[in-house]
Amino acid sequence: MRGNSNTIQTHRAVSTLAALLAGALALTACSSSDHKKDNGGKSSGATAPGSTLTLPKLDGATLEVAAVWTGTEQKNFKQVLAEFEKRTGAKVTFVPAQDPIINFLGSKIAGGQPPDVALLPQPGAIKQAVDKKWAKPLGADALKELQKNYSPGWQDIGKVGGKQYGVYYKAANKSLIWYNAKVFEGAGAKEPKTWQELLKTAQNVYDSGVTPFSVGGADGWTLTDWFENVYLSQAGPQRYDQLAQHKIKWTDPSVKQALTTLAQIWGRKDYVAGGADGALQTEFPASVTQTFTGGDQPKAAMVYEGDFAQVNIGDTKAKVGTDAKVFPFPAVGSSAPVVSGGDAAVILKDSKAAQALATFLASPDAATIQARLGGYLSPNKNVPDSAYPNEVQRTIAKALVASGDDFRFDMSDQAPQAFGGTPGKGEWKDLQDFLKNPKDVAGTQAQLEKDAAAAYGNGS
Amino acid sequence: MASAAAAGAPPGPAAPKSRKSVTGTRKAVAGLFLLPALVLLGALVVYPIGYSVVRSFYNASGDGFAGFDNYKALFTDDGIRTALKNNIIWVVFAPTVATALGLVFAVLTERVRWGTAFKLVVFMPMAISMLAAGIIFRLVYDQDPNKGVANAVWVGVHDTFAQSSAFPKAHPGRESPLKADQGGFITTATVHTGRTVTLPLVGVAPDQMPGDAKKAVAAKPEPGKITGTTWQDFTRGKGVGRLGAPDPSELGYAGMRIEAVDTAGQVVASTKAASDGTFTLPAKADGARLRLPASNFRAPYNGVDWLGPALVTPAIIGSYVWMWAGFAMVLIAAGLAGVPRELLEAARVDGANEWQVFRRVTVPLLAPVLAVVTVTLMINVLKVFDLVYIIAPGSSQDDANVLALELYRKGFSEGQPGIASAIAVFLLLLVIPVMLFNIRRLRREVRR
Repeated sequence: MRGNSNTIQTHRAVSTLAALLAGALALTACSSSDHKKDNGGKSSGATAPGSTLTLPKLDGATLEVAAVWTGTEQKNFKQVLAEFEKRTGAKVTFVPAQDPIINFLGSKIAGGQPPDVALLPQPGAIKQAVDKKWAKPLGADALKELQKNYSPGWQDIGKVGGKQYGVYYKAANKSLIWYNAKVFEGAGAKEPKTWQELLKTAQNVYDSGVTPFSVGGADGWTLTDWFENVYLSQAGPQRYDQLAQHKIKWTDPSVKQALTTLAQIWGRKDYVAGGADGALQTEFPASVTQTFTGGDQPKAAMVYEGDFAQVNIGDTKAKVGTDAKVFPFPAVGSSAPVVSGGDAAVILKDSKAAQALATFLASPDAATIQARLGGYLSPNKNVPDSAYPNEVQRTIAKALVASGDDFRFDMSDQAPQAFGGTPGKGEWKDLQDFLKNPKDVAGTQAQLEKDAAAAYGNGS
Repeated sequence: MASAAAAGAPPGPAAPKSRKSVTGTRKAVAGLFLLPALVLLGALVVYPIGYSVVRSFYNASGDGFAGFDNYKALFTDDGIRTALKNNIIWVVFAPTVATALGLVFAVLTERVRWGTAFKLVVFMPMAISMLAAGIIFRLVYDQDPNKGVANAVWVGVHDTFAQSSAFPKAHPGRESPLKADQGGFITTATVHTGRTVTLPLVGVAPDQMPGDAKKAVAAKPEPGKITGTTWQDFTRGKGVGRLGAPDPSELGYAGMRIEAVDTAGQVVASTKAASDGTFTLPAKADGARLRLPASNFRAPYNGVDWLGPALVTPAIIGSYVWMWAGFAMVLIAAGLAGVPRELLEAARVDGANEWQVFRRVTVPLLAPVLAVVTVTLMINVLKVFDLVYIIAPGSSQDDANVLALELYRKGFSEGQPGIASAIAVFLLLLVIPVMLFNIRRLRREVRR
C-alpha cells in the first residue's frame, strides 16, 4: 500500500477542523485557568493531580511531532502537547506535514532530520514506515498504558509483525447516517435499527414528498464507504478482512449480495436526490448541505457519512443535535457495522522523551483534553463519556467504543491507492458506474475484480 | 523583433579575422557569457528530459529495467486510450474554434466605434489564471439551474415551451387501487355509475402542491354519473392516516387530469379534479378504468448534464475557447493592421461584396498569422491539464481525461512513475513536429 488516499485525508482534516471552532473558543478560557493553577507542578514532575499516569521528568528535552492537521484541529492538538510540556518539562514542537505524510517523512528522513513522533493516518502507512525501518517499537511504559486503555482490536491495527508500533490517538466513526429531523417528524418516520427498517423509513419519507437519500457520488470515497458498511455488516468481519487483502475475489457471492442490497436504495427511482446523474455530480460537502437546507423541504432527508460530516452541517443553519440528528448505520446482517478510520502516533526517533509522549498519547488524560474541545473521537475506552462536549459526539463515540473489536478500518484506505484512492479510477470509478447502472451487479463485480487484480498485482 | 534581427543580418563593415564573429567578440568570451544560460538550460531542461526518457524504461519502483513495457501500456491501458482520444478532439477543435472566433472578433472590431473597448473585454479572460477560470466554469456548468448559469438559461428556454406538471413525484402508496401505466397510473378495477372512486397518491411535497388545493372531501355517489376524489393520502407527521380515505388535513389534487379508458385502450371521457380533489365523469365512462395520465407527473426539466460523460469534453473546450479567443483576436488584429488597405479598397471598387472581400482578400492575407496562432494554440492545448482537472467532477474525470492529467494521475497518485514518464516522452514527441513547423515558419518570416 502506498501513501494514502489524499483526497479523503485532506478532506477529513479540513472537515474536522471547522467543526471545532466553536468548542475551541469556549474552552480556551478553562484551559488557561488550568495553566495558572498548575504552574508549580513542573518542579515536582511526575503525576499531575487527578491522573493515574506517571511521566518521567524531561527538563531540557526537545521533541518534534509531525501531523497533517491544520487549523483548529492543530490548535487543539497543541493544547494536548502543552499539557505534556507542563507535566514533563520537555519542549514539544508541532511540525505541520503535507499529505501524503509518508512522502513528507521520506524527505525529512532523507534530510537526516526526522520528527521524533509522527501521526500516520492508515495501517498501511505504519507498515510502510516499519518496512523502511523508520518506525521504532513502543517501549514498556507506552505498551502498558496502551494495553490498559485500548481494546485488542485497536492495539492490533497498530502492530506490524507482532510488534506494537502505533498508538491510535484519534479515530473516525464512518458508520453514521445523518438525517434532517424536521423531515422525519413530518413523515412520521423513526430512526431505523435494521436495513429493512431503513427501507421502510425511506419509503415513509418518500411518501411525504421528500427524496430519502443524498449521495455525494462525485467523490468516489463516499460510495466505497457505503459499500464497506453494507459488506461488513452482511458478510462479517472475517470476509471483510479477506476482501480488504484481496484474498477473496470481488466476484465472490458475498460481494454480489452486498451490491444487490445497495441497489435497493441506489437503484430505486427517486430514492437518491437528483437521480443517479445528479448524485454523480454532487460532491460530498454539497451532499451534506443540501440535506440540511430548505427547512422541511430539503433536497433529501438522509445523508450517509462519518462524524466529520458535522463540519459541513456547520455550514448550514441547521444545528447538530436538534435539526440535524444522527443514527448508527443500521444492521444489514446480524449486527450493525462500525467502519472506522484514525491516526496513529508512531515513534521515528527513539528517546525517553518520545516514549513518554507516546505513553501520554495512549492515556485517557491526553484524549480527554482534546475530546473536550470537540470534533474529536478517541478509541481509548477509558475516556469518560462526559468528556465529549455534546450529545451527538457522545453517541458517536459510544458506538465506536461499544463495537469492541468488531470495528474495521476503512477498506479502501487499506487497498493500494490505484484501487482505493484515486478519483475516476478503480473502486471509486466502478462504484460510480454502479450507482449509474445499479442493475449491472455482475458487470460491476467483474470490473472491480479486474481493477483490483491490476492494483494489488503490481506489488504495491 | 523579426525586423531587428533582419536589420542585423547584413555583414558589419569590418569582419577580417575568422576568430572574431560579426560583432567582433571572441568566441571564448561569447562562450563565457553563454555559460550561465547553458548551465541553467542543461540543468532545468535538458537533464529532466533525458532523465524522463531513461525513467520511462524502468518499472514502477525504478530498480528494474522494463524495456518497452511502459510504452506498451500507453496503447493498451483503457484510461490512457481515452486520454489520447480526448487529446485528439482537443487539438482538432479547441485551436480552430478559438482562432475562428478570434478572426471574426478581429475583423468585426475593426469596424465598430468602440472596437478597443470590445477587444479589451474579449481579452480580459486571458488575465485570469487557468485555475480561476476552471472554478468559474465549474459553477457555470453546475447541474442545479439555481447555481449554474448554463443550465439556468437552458431550462429557462425549455420551460417557455414546455411546462412541467404539478405532481412530479406522486406515486401510489400502500395497498393502492392504482398501478403504474404508461408513465401514469390506472385503476386495477373498472368503475361504475352511481358509485364513488378513490384515487389516492402520496409523495407530493407540501410546497409543491397547487396553490388552490383545498382539503380533500369524499365524493358523494350520484345516479348516472361516476364521482370520486383524488388527493394526497398523507398527513404530516402521521403518515398515511386512514388508508384510502381522506383525513381532515389531507389536500385534494387540484387540477389533476383524469381519463376514463375502455377495454380497447380508447379514452372515452376525461375531466379535471376540482380544488378539493373531487371529480365527476359522465355515464359513458361506465365500465371503463380510470387513468391519471403521464402528463400529470412529468418531472421538472433538469437541464443538460453538461459535466456528464457525454458532454464534459466539449464543455471544457468551451471554457478554453472563452479564455483563448481573446488571445487569438489580439494577434490577428495586429496582423490585420498590417494588411494594406488599398487591396481591400481595390477589391471593393472591383465590385466584391463584403463577404467576398473577407473570404478572398482578408483571410488569404492573414493566412500566415492564422497559422501561427493555430499552431501556438495547438502546443498549448496538447499540455492542457488544469481546466480538465478542476472542471470535471470526479465521476466523469475518466471521460474527460487528457494525457497531461493521466500523466499526473499515474505519476503522483497511482505511484507509476515509469508509465508517467512514458506519457511525458510521448507528449514531447507529439509537440516536436508542431514546434518544428512553428520554428520554420518564424525563420521564413525573418527572411522576408
